[in-house]
Amino acid sequence: MKKKLPYKKLKMKVLAIASKGGHWVELLRLMPAFSGMEVVFVSTEKDLADTVSGHRFYTVPDANRWNKYKLIQIFILVARIVNKERPKFIISTGAAPGLLALAAGKLLGIRTIWIDTIASAEKLSLSGKIAIRFVDRVYTQWPELSGPKVIYAGNILL
Amino acid sequence: MIFVTTGTQAPFNRLVKVMDALASELDGEEIIVQASGVDFETKNVKVVGFLHPKEYNRIFNEARLVISHAGMGSIVSALTKGKPIIVIPRKAALGEHRDDHQVDSAKKMEALGYVPVAYDEEQLRTKIVNMLMDDSALSKAKIGEYASGSLVSSIRGFLLSS
Repeated sequence: MKKKLPYKKLKMKVLAIASKGGHWVELLRLMPAFSGMEVVFVSTEKDLADTVSGHRFYTVPDANRWNKYKLIQIFILVARIVNKERPKFIISTGAAPGLLALAAGKLLGIRTIWIDTIASAEKLSLSGKIAIRFVDRVYTQWPELSGPKVIYAGNILL
Repeated sequence: MIFVTTGTQAPFNRLVKVMDALASELDGEEIIVQASGVDFETKNVKVVGFLHPKEYNRIFNEARLVISHAGMGSIVSALTKGKPIIVIPRKAALGEHRDDHQVDSAKKMEALGYVPVAYDEEQLRTKIVNMLMDDSALSKAKIGEYASGSLVSSIRGFLLSS
């Protein structure tokens, strides 16, 4: 059966980055937003390439926020990917490697979107709080957490 | 078969222990536990570490009940597949996570009717026994494959506006 294309092909490249586990699952549920666009993925587990077959996929190491040496190493790796790909947008659902990719993108004049995980239900995640300072658009998935710089437009569940 | 999943980031030995103890009350039903950092011998359950996504999905699909930490990966998988799940959040006070975001998000998801939640081992025991005895109690909450249309179109609108 011929695949139905809901939108015409667009000349637009998006880099979508999320750590393995919940962050990655949340990112994949946003796929219709990128319909017709070229999407390049980055995650922290090489086996996840199978879940986005047909798309280019990069792997970077994972790190928590306290390991500064590792964070610098990851920043250099994601900055290289961002610089090579030069997407029009970078979008991330978390966690630390995604935030670092958005920071690298910002330095290169690329537009950035942060979607705070639905797992942060009582307050924005620590990464989300940093994202507010420089990211072009920040979403929360809980209406109570929206504010002047944080948009609520629904969540990844429904 | 019951599949117990704890994610790959940190140990959740409280859940592994209660499932090992509970196994003897469940008429020999097979229990597969995916967990890291298990520092004791289990008597009644099989423990596996990291599972390849394909293997994880196969076991997840075969299970008749999933018991999970309050990680969004397992919760979303259960909801999209219509798989019965009971969630038990990790607690910061017990060193199971860096903060109580699993407790917070589990409470809110429970209030919205997405998933049943057990806040301690005794509640978990009761909920498992009740759900297995009464098939209709097995949660049937189901969601579609993608995020809410309003979120998708808001993001797409922003992408196309610049």
